[in-house]
Amino acid sequence: MNNDLKSSNSGASATSSNVSSESGLKRFGDKRISDILVESRRASVHRQRIQEFIIEKLLFAGGIAAIVFIALIFIFLFKEGIRAFFLIKPIEFIGTYILDFDDNRIFACMWQPVGESGKYSIIPLLIGSFLVALPATVISTVLGVGCGIYLAEIASIRIRDIVKPAIELLAGIPTVVIGFLCLTILATFIQNVLHTTFRLNAFVGAIGVSLVIIPVIASITDDALRAVPNELREASYGLGATKWETIWKAVVPAGISGVTASIILGMGRALGETMIVIMATGNAALVTGNIFSSVRTMTATIAAELGAVPQGGEQYCALFLVGAILFFITFALNLIAEIIISRMRKKLRL
Amino acid sequence: MKTEHGMQGQKKTKVKIEGLSFYYGKYKAINDVSMEFYECKVTAIIGPSGCGKSTLIKSINRISEITCDVQVEGRVLLDNKNVYDRDIDLVDLRRRVGMVFQRPNPFPKSIYDNVAFGPRLYGVNNKKRLDEIVEYSLAKSALWNEVKDRLNQSAIGLSGGQQQRLCIARALAVDPEVLLMDEPCSALDPTATARIEELIEDLKKYYTIAIVTHNMQQAARISDYTGFLLNGQLIEYSITTEIFTNPDKKVTEDYITGRFG
Amino acid sequence: MSIGKRKIFNTFFQGVCRGMAFLVIAALIGILVKVVANGAGVINPGFLWKAPTAGMTEGGIFPAIFGTVCITLLMIILAIPVGVSAAIYLTEYAGKNFFGRIIRASINNLAGVPSIVFGLFGVGFFVLFVGRGIDRIFGLPLLFGQPAMIWAAATLALLVLPVIIVSTEEALNSVPVSLREAAFALGATKWQVVRNVVLPQARSGILTGAILSISRGAGETAPILFTGCAYFLPRLPVYTIPYAHIPVINPLDQFMELSYHIFIMATQSTDAAATRPIQYGTTLVLIALTFLLNLSAIIFRIYFRKRSR
Repeated sequence: MNNDLKSSNSGASATSSNVSSESGLKRFGDKRISDILVESRRASVHRQRIQEFIIEKLLFAGGIAAIVFIALIFIFLFKEGIRAFFLIKPIEFIGTYILDFDDNRIFACMWQPVGESGKYSIIPLLIGSFLVALPATVISTVLGVGCGIYLAEIASIRIRDIVKPAIELLAGIPTVVIGFLCLTILATFIQNVLHTTFRLNAFVGAIGVSLVIIPVIASITDDALRAVPNELREASYGLGATKWETIWKAVVPAGISGVTASIILGMGRALGETMIVIMATGNAALVTGNIFSSVRTMTATIAAELGAVPQGGEQYCALFLVGAILFFITFALNLIAEIIISRMRKKLRL
Repeated sequence: MKTEHGMQGQKKTKVKIEGLSFYYGKYKAINDVSMEFYECKVTAIIGPSGCGKSTLIKSINRISEITCDVQVEGRVLLDNKNVYDRDIDLVDLRRRVGMVFQRPNPFPKSIYDNVAFGPRLYGVNNKKRLDEIVEYSLAKSALWNEVKDRLNQSAIGLSGGQQQRLCIARALAVDPEVLLMDEPCSALDPTATARIEELIEDLKKYYTIAIVTHNMQQAARISDYTGFLLNGQLIEYSITTEIFTNPDKKVTEDYITGRFG
Repeated sequence: MSIGKRKIFNTFFQGVCRGMAFLVIAALIGILVKVVANGAGVINPGFLWKAPTAGMTEGGIFPAIFGTVCITLLMIILAIPVGVSAAIYLTEYAGKNFFGRIIRASINNLAGVPSIVFGLFGVGFFVLFVGRGIDRIFGLPLLFGQPAMIWAAATLALLVLPVIIVSTEEALNSVPVSLREAAFALGATKWQVVRNVVLPQARSGILTGAILSISRGAGETAPILFTGCAYFLPRLPVYTIPYAHIPVINPLDQFMELSYHIFIMATQSTDAAATRPIQYGTTLVLIALTFLLNLSAIIFRIYFRKRSR
């Protein structure tokens, strides 16, 4: 075959001089490489086009799955939740009239599905959820933003390389473990220190929940502060500000939207937390403003009661309604946080 | 047979650009440019940064479309067929019009797999055939002797100049008719640059070559024809020796003598 | 304010931030120490390989470990095809158009759904709607329409879907555009570029995302509370094919699981004090498992980064 001769010739040096225009091109018998490629493609192009089409549709289906499932969640929650309105008088979701100990008729907000007439007031559950989530968010904001500032502005690179993964490790601990430790150790500790009436109460739950949210807030705050351009810091130092003044008065205000978004996201997570609250808050559906009282959150209610409920009954639908309300609240919070973040991104691009 | 310019052989048009205006979204990068690329000749395109040189040659193999929204007015003819026609097979177009990029971009695969990548796309799987194509392509881009013992090693381990020659080999493996080179030497040192320029001298016997360069000495050295682009417009296009010794327009002369750019 | 005062504030507040960070780290260390201290004593080969006995006060937790492995395996088998497809579609095909934006919004929303809501959905949709539906269509007795591993796995798969999609997208986007350009310039079709250039390079990122989502799935309890978990089920969720005597995982079976086990033991076991040591032991095993997974994800990431250099 004369191909080898020509190819090794032109490999010897860059300036090959002994080949004329056409014979320098590789040939397989009569055909050039391009002929071979075109032939080979012609044999398979039809099959290939079909294959590409199918693959693109499959990939599209995968993408659609996310839309489909979030829509399904919406539908199923609201479908069963709406039925609750048909099975239970809407006013009962706020409270019912009962006879109290002195046989007086009072309007009480109670969640007590089991019994001769089920009581489905959502009020104690809402109060329970917020009584845990709000203090948890406050604690986590203080500690989380503090950690975020430390990571972004104060820590040296070496320390940051240890502390940041450590905080993410905290985020990786399963919530059931944290709930377990709150139930066994933290509750006892707090009862010994603060002499609370209830050993398991909203405060214990709030601390447990904040352990889960602090990494969220710290991480996003860290990212938001690091995204603030250095020129800002240099300008501040140039005016003679101290490091803390630069952080607090220049950098944090510049990254405030990211910080705010992280707090809102954190609150959403706090409201949605289930295992810690079900293990640490005592699960008593009381209407109270006392943070040291046992409470029952929306999440704990669903988790505790869904297992023993006949499908389609009052309680079943009521639980779905609670789930729908919970979903709606967290959805709204996430939406607000997203809007803030996207506005922040747009600002940075300009 | 000599033409009136004293060059040997007939000049036949391989690629013809007619009244091309090229938009990235709303931004007009090329404004009504017309020029020809002759078969088996090297055509250089020079001009200051951002004048649209890369955009111009990328309009020939339609590679900008994969990353941006583009709009095109006018025609780009390859062998008298407009590449923007609706019935054009993009795969075949890009096989016939190969491209070498500014920064060498070999795949993170072995040297062999890089060169064999193209033929494999078209369904060629016969090992012996692939071996021959790989050897031929590497030989044609003056790389065979340097890598023939390490075809299975990663292409990333090669030097910059070697990587660029590998990219040329990769493009040659699908047997194109036109080679577009977008500032192929700008990321390389002078020695590697010289080797690639030698290579281009050899390659032009078989392929129509369009080379974008900001290095005017390079254009003067290796090209037969040169076009000068400024702000998306073709200011002047002529035989290389003419443009560099006796330019028609003052602005061309200013650019060539370094008054701006 | 005098300079001296400002300097004091400066040191003070920086110290406060430093203190907060270390407080958080201390909490982490405290948790780990406590679990290891109380749980290490229980860990021995018998604990890990035997089934529970005597009402959970003795014996081991092997079924829970096995169940956890099974459920996360099933979850990842369900989640990866959907997640990777979605990510490829978003980055390579239609990321910026109308559908792309809605898909992204849906993924963000999915990521924010509380885990118990996933549990509700798992019961209402997978078990009751899909499961009973299958039974009805095929005229079966109550086979699919009850809590089972497959439904729990599906619920978990939904939960980790955003994790996989986001990490796969990151991996795909980290492949430089220049490589894609080179492939297109040779005449490759879109899928050829994805399959031959992008995916091979993104493999490590996808693997990392998978490991992280396994870690997440193993730690979640709420979604599986009612979709398939059982407390005391010493029999393994395995089905032996008759005649061939080959054991396979039976996805229609219920299963024990580590986090669920901790939860029930701690809150509902008849003698909480007696089972306390086992609770700590199980907790230690669960934490060790999640840490191991997270660690290997990080190691893989570093290893693949070195290899592509």
